[in-house]
Amino acid sequence: MKFLHTAFQNMKKPFEEGGKFEKYSKVIHGIDAFETLMFTPDEVTHTGAHIRDGIDLKRTMSIVILAMLPCLLFGMYNAGYQHFLQLGVDASFWEMFQIGLIKILPLVVVSYGVGLGIEFGFAMYKGHSIEEGYLVTGMLIPLIVPIDIPLWMLAVAVAFSVVFAKEVFGGTGMNIMNVALTTRAFLFFAYPTFMSGDKIWVHEGMTNDAISGATILGDLSGMKGGLESLRFTAEDMFIGLIPGSVGETSVLAILIGAAILLITGIGSWRIMLSAVIGGGTMGLIFNAFGANGLMQFDWWQHMLVGGFAFGVVFMATDPVTAAQTNKGKWIYGFLIGFMAIMIRVFNPAYPEGIMLAILFMNVMAPLIDHYVVEGNIKKRLKRMAVKTATAN
Amino acid sequence: MSKDIKIKKGLNIPLKGEADKVLGTAQRSETFVVKPTDFKNFTPKLLVKEGDEVLAGSPLFFNKEYPDVKIGSPVSGEVVEITRGAKRKILGIKILGDKDTRYTEFAAANAASMSGEEVKQRLLDQCLWAYIKRRPYGTVARPEDKPLAIYVSGFDSAPLAGDNDYILHGKEKEFQVGLDVLKQLTDGKVHVNLHRELNTDAVFKDAKGVQINWVSGPHPSGNVGVQIHHIQPLNKGEVVFTVAAQDVALIGSAFLTGKYDASRLVAVGGSSLKSPKYFKTIQGASLSTLLDGNVEGDNNRIISGNVLTGTKVSADGYLGFFSKEVNVIPEGNEAKFFLTEGWAGLGLSKYSASRSYFSWLMLGKKYGLDTNTNGEPRALVVTGEYESVFPMDIYPQHLLKAIMIGDIELMENLGIYEVDEEDFALCEYVCTSKTAVQQIVREGLELIEQECG
Repeated sequence: MKFLHTAFQNMKKPFEEGGKFEKYSKVIHGIDAFETLMFTPDEVTHTGAHIRDGIDLKRTMSIVILAMLPCLLFGMYNAGYQHFLQLGVDASFWEMFQIGLIKILPLVVVSYGVGLGIEFGFAMYKGHSIEEGYLVTGMLIPLIVPIDIPLWMLAVAVAFSVVFAKEVFGGTGMNIMNVALTTRAFLFFAYPTFMSGDKIWVHEGMTNDAISGATILGDLSGMKGGLESLRFTAEDMFIGLIPGSVGETSVLAILIGAAILLITGIGSWRIMLSAVIGGGTMGLIFNAFGANGLMQFDWWQHMLVGGFAFGVVFMATDPVTAAQTNKGKWIYGFLIGFMAIMIRVFNPAYPEGIMLAILFMNVMAPLIDHYVVEGNIKKRLKRMAVKTATAN
Repeated sequence: MSKDIKIKKGLNIPLKGEADKVLGTAQRSETFVVKPTDFKNFTPKLLVKEGDEVLAGSPLFFNKEYPDVKIGSPVSGEVVEITRGAKRKILGIKILGDKDTRYTEFAAANAASMSGEEVKQRLLDQCLWAYIKRRPYGTVARPEDKPLAIYVSGFDSAPLAGDNDYILHGKEKEFQVGLDVLKQLTDGKVHVNLHRELNTDAVFKDAKGVQINWVSGPHPSGNVGVQIHHIQPLNKGEVVFTVAAQDVALIGSAFLTGKYDASRLVAVGGSSLKSPKYFKTIQGASLSTLLDGNVEGDNNRIISGNVLTGTKVSADGYLGFFSKEVNVIPEGNEAKFFLTEGWAGLGLSKYSASRSYFSWLMLGKKYGLDTNTNGEPRALVVTGEYESVFPMDIYPQHLLKAIMIGDIELMENLGIYEVDEEDFALCEYVCTSKTAVQQIVREGLELIEQECG
């Protein structure tokens, strides 16, 4: 592989000091991004710890992407499955998968293309290396939008959120709100007809009257009486053969992802567990009242539908926007679960709450951390006060 | 009242090349170098010039701020060279050693019959004071300090560190005298902290007049800073002293015999060594006397001290003032292809505290890690990582950020007086973003010392 490494070195030469294109030296950061993708650099430690852990941000991010692949693949299959189910047409596995492939791959390409393009631009303009944060965001975005979202809308939303939710704050590691969710929120408020309702969740739902694209939550929120008319079983919900955003329907696939994140230690188990406890608590409270369809819906089934599981596993655990202290993570996760179910039941306009719950808690996370850290500071000051008091 | 301290957070990095408990014979070093850079926040003023004759224990230089604190020569001989760096900073004082060491003359002394002031004066006169460090800041103790207590860690939990049981075996008398000396310096207690699960030599177990505390758990349980935090955390304005176990014996022997004997047992380890073992040598000795013929390959990092906190030295370098081990590991100055050895590989030869490489399945495997950073520096993204290897009631990442923004009040509130950079060594090791954590902490400590004294 030496030749490849040399090729990269040669590619950078004209932009280095004394080279032909010296004044465009910032282009090096762009080339570097590809070089470091292929080769872990020959950088060695100088002071302090002479050895370093094998992990780096590329490994971390690639594991998160790996954890999302089951969701992506299942989403591709489910796209076709829902489509043909509604049409009442028998179709083979490949025909179903093909629909998903054709519809979802462009979403992935647009998401990465636009997002990474902006990241490269900013990095070269500001003269810093390109960080890996967007690799995960770029994969999250196609998984949380409806399948028929027009590509230009997606592009606009990605551009908006990468610039205004991330780069203006300083790029990877500095953002306050989850970038993927900001993209979704932008789409939701800018193009509501493409983001909610009972037509958009199944491919061709908007153009073909034979297809009803309503989600379970949509059905539930419209329901006045009992739950008998529900079209799906809990098993369907768990496996994910229900309408919904591209990659969020299958709790099974999400659990595989969660297992990968937890075993590798990359996702925070504290946040995942506390969010489930929070969601369960709110669900139980609503079950006790049971005033409408959503309130009657079993607390544990609440976690199988909508974006709850996906949000909790992949978005709430985003370390940059979550609470950073271990105590804070418990509070943060609990409130996300709690509020997600609450918004789901009480919000008349839109029967899902996980997106808004996470975004809200993103904003609140620094406050939670502030009080946790303040507690530590108070303890230290108190210790000193006691000490001086006894000394006198 | 002995304390029982259970450390849960931490990490024992499984490294290859632990020194066998065999004493190798090192050839005697011809030249010796004392490096003022081994002392933190220390401005050296020379007391010798090239051509001067010195005895073992003769002062070579003193601290400009505290002129009583003098650093002694490890051997007798002639000062042959004073190396200087940028801005004429003194980097080293080289001494051509005599065949037979002659010592400065001091009478044997019994600390128990001396007052605290007399003991202090003797330590300062005999150039022994420099072995005593103070917290906060981890610098050499100041003569006017009134320490609340003195802490001696009986074991070193760092990877490839020397085993004090082996090193101090049979030195009961020196160690005990050293402890007696330390006792005169404080109105409080002298603490000796030992590991509950490791074997403990009689030299420690039979120590008298001290409080023995038992610590269990992984590195950094042997760091004296962690032990202090759990025994009696330091408040602003308080001072404690710390002395390394080997140096306690050195002080003891100087009181017993009157001689400044800077010889020590050094653990020479690391995966690049053919046969890692212990050597008896003298502080400041040339490392080639320990390493010649024992190192594999020529692309190696030689570290005076341990792999987490030591100093990089060249092959013709010298043993540091406080260094109790020399480690040699491969340099990692070659790019690694992403699929085979890089970020996308299975990573069977990569050790990680996370389980992100499959190496975590190979329990008990030891690794010959190199000096590659395994990735580029990045913004701080991952959280909870530092906390998992930082067994103190302090928020390491928040403290680090407070240092980065230079907020002194916040640093104080978050506990900077309780830490030294070595306590952050594992944080630096595990950091996904490859942040120079120890350097940042050192800068913070220096800022605080400058501003708050």
